[in-house]
Amino acid sequence: MANMNMIQSLNSALDIMLDRDETVLMFGEDVGYFGGVFRVSDGLQAKHGVHRVFDSPLAEGGLAAIAFGMGLNGLRPIVEIQFSDYIFPAYDQIVNEIAKLRHRSGGEFWTPVVVRAPAGGGIRGGHHHSQSPESQFTHTPGLNVVYCSNPYNAKGLLISAIESNDPIIFLEPKRCYRGPFYGDPHNVPTWKDHPDGEVPEEYYKIPLGEARLVEEGSDCTVISWGAMVHVAEQGIRDSGISCDLIDLQSLVPWDRDAVVKSVEKTGRCVIVHEAPKTSGFGAEMAASVQERCFYSLESRIERVTGWDTPFPHSTEWDYMPSPQRIADAIKRTMEG
Amino acid sequence: MQGDESDTGIEPYSVPTAPARPGEQAVFEEWTATPGDLSRPDPATCTSDDTSEHAFGLVRVLDDEHQASGEWHPELSADDLRTGLEFMSRLRIFDDRMMKMQRTGKLSFYMRSLGEEAVAIAQTMALEEQDWVFPTYRQPGAQFVRGRSMVSMINHCIGNVEDNIKGRQMPVHYSWREGHFISVSSPVGTQFSQAVGVAMASAYKGDDQVTITWIGDGASAEGDYHYALNFASVFKPPVILNVVNNQWAISTHRNLATGGSNFASRGLAYNIPSIRVDGNDFLALYSVTKWARLRAGAGAGPTHIEVLTYRAAGHSSSDDPSRYRPEGEREAWPGGDPIERLKLHLIAIGEWSEERHSEMEERIDNEVMAAYKEAVTHGDLASGPWPPASTIFTEVYEEVPWHIQEQREELGK
Repeated sequence: MANMNMIQSLNSALDIMLDRDETVLMFGEDVGYFGGVFRVSDGLQAKHGVHRVFDSPLAEGGLAAIAFGMGLNGLRPIVEIQFSDYIFPAYDQIVNEIAKLRHRSGGEFWTPVVVRAPAGGGIRGGHHHSQSPESQFTHTPGLNVVYCSNPYNAKGLLISAIESNDPIIFLEPKRCYRGPFYGDPHNVPTWKDHPDGEVPEEYYKIPLGEARLVEEGSDCTVISWGAMVHVAEQGIRDSGISCDLIDLQSLVPWDRDAVVKSVEKTGRCVIVHEAPKTSGFGAEMAASVQERCFYSLESRIERVTGWDTPFPHSTEWDYMPSPQRIADAIKRTMEG
Repeated sequence: MQGDESDTGIEPYSVPTAPARPGEQAVFEEWTATPGDLSRPDPATCTSDDTSEHAFGLVRVLDDEHQASGEWHPELSADDLRTGLEFMSRLRIFDDRMMKMQRTGKLSFYMRSLGEEAVAIAQTMALEEQDWVFPTYRQPGAQFVRGRSMVSMINHCIGNVEDNIKGRQMPVHYSWREGHFISVSSPVGTQFSQAVGVAMASAYKGDDQVTITWIGDGASAEGDYHYALNFASVFKPPVILNVVNNQWAISTHRNLATGGSNFASRGLAYNIPSIRVDGNDFLALYSVTKWARLRAGAGAGPTHIEVLTYRAAGHSSSDDPSRYRPEGEREAWPGGDPIERLKLHLIAIGEWSEERHSEMEERIDNEVMAAYKEAVTHGDLASGPWPPASTIFTEVYEEVPWHIQEQREELGK
């Protein structure tokens, strides 16, 4: 075990997979010599060589296309999109091409591309360095969507993603790269003393499609992913109510069994995500929970999300779900 | 009003149209290029600058008297030429028959390669068998070169139970891994940049596969085209990038794809050796592609080729080109017809005759009909059998995930 922040644990996952499998290679803007603007690939080019970890032209649509071709021809390419907000020039290649190749070719061809992208707000990034685009991809058959939340699951999920023969959108909550985030911008803890900052140095996997029970309670189920897992943790504390907190980790496929089991126990459900509310993945959660747990529900399902507006710059703390909003939602479920 | 030029007498912006529309005389710029105009640079050492004349000129081998000459003369054997003629004829007759089937409701849709048969045929013949072919819907002809059975192709076009892609894509969107023929996709242009990635993977693995791909003049306006050229320019993988300038993208004339009239020369700006070739001259097209293959095989990187041709048919069975282009345009095309020209060349060198040609066409037509009859024994469009409905749910992912499994059970098939 070693103490790692999320950048270090992602770097460790990449390093291990580059060592283990010579078909693995990674590229993207600034990822080579410089090691990435967030330093996730720091040192990897020097160790694994310029043909395996390299800088690319500034063209996300091109990056995704190159990855498509490499994956089709026997490699396991990992692409870094510098900020998930910049993924949209690659949207056609991801949604129409990477996602559909296996199906459209009758299984003759497939391309196991991993697209890594820092996502989410909380870094004063304004609307083009803060968005959380998961539902733009969960609506696309053929893609798996993963959203890690801490150093331990980041590494285990990334290794699973790289080994998967299906394409993966791998979102990393950049606000949590260096520490968990409890919704208070003036209190910035690091991963140093956090149990999820204890990361095995060696290879390990966390299966895709499995949720993580962060804490166990009795009266309400709070479901979240990415940075909001930690904010929800704070919201639960502030509410004073005993809650199950589920970190979904994988959005496609998602762990419905874990969610259903918890809601059947608690009878209440709050869904928290920082992406906008309308057509957010929380809508899918809410619909599925009422389909499966209708007779267990004691109160309406609550959603605490970002607003249906562009993500702001200086007012971002009023945009992102706060511990207060989450606590209030939990309390509302208790009122029936 | 801002857009009304009568106010100022100055057009606010240029909106190109085709040189001629229905009811007008078909016009094309006269070709002045002749065989022997252009040198054939050493493929392994050739730079982008060395091809500036080739990008603005036109490589031709066959002259108006159907004789072959010049440095680009590929010196193919008569057997090889007859093979090329047979493949092109096979594609045309196959297309004719499938189009008739579409018109009688036996196929949902069809796309012909009419007038462009040399593109896929000559270019694929110039490759090695292991090379990756990454086509658009206008290069199904590569499959004839690689030996795919017509029955298998027709099964796909019908979408019957033997369709190897399980009825998942429209007709002509072939996929054939055995022939290194990569799955065709409808969005025009995406394959062009993907092919650069395929070639980079070959280079990374150190194998001996070269990748060839095509894009239309119309789709060369897509970002994918420019991504492809830029990534190919930077990483220099073994890839052959062809712009098939067939003048039309449905009703969009090529003068809306570029403000100039030349596509090959765009490659020079990307520092990629670039050549413009008469796409209806089988020998020139074979020769230029062979040269590009030699470059790729020698580690000299990408080649950019403008294949100058004419889309003699409609874009697809859903298109009626008489609505937007003049009568007689095909006949006015300075490049003529690729099959006719190769046939006349073979006759001119004493290696073919009109009688043999007619016999060949009749034989192929019988083979196509026999293939069609065999294919429909595996199911027709109207009554099936089609692939089972369960194939809707499979191969979305490597394994069927729980949510898709549940939906399959909901359908109950």
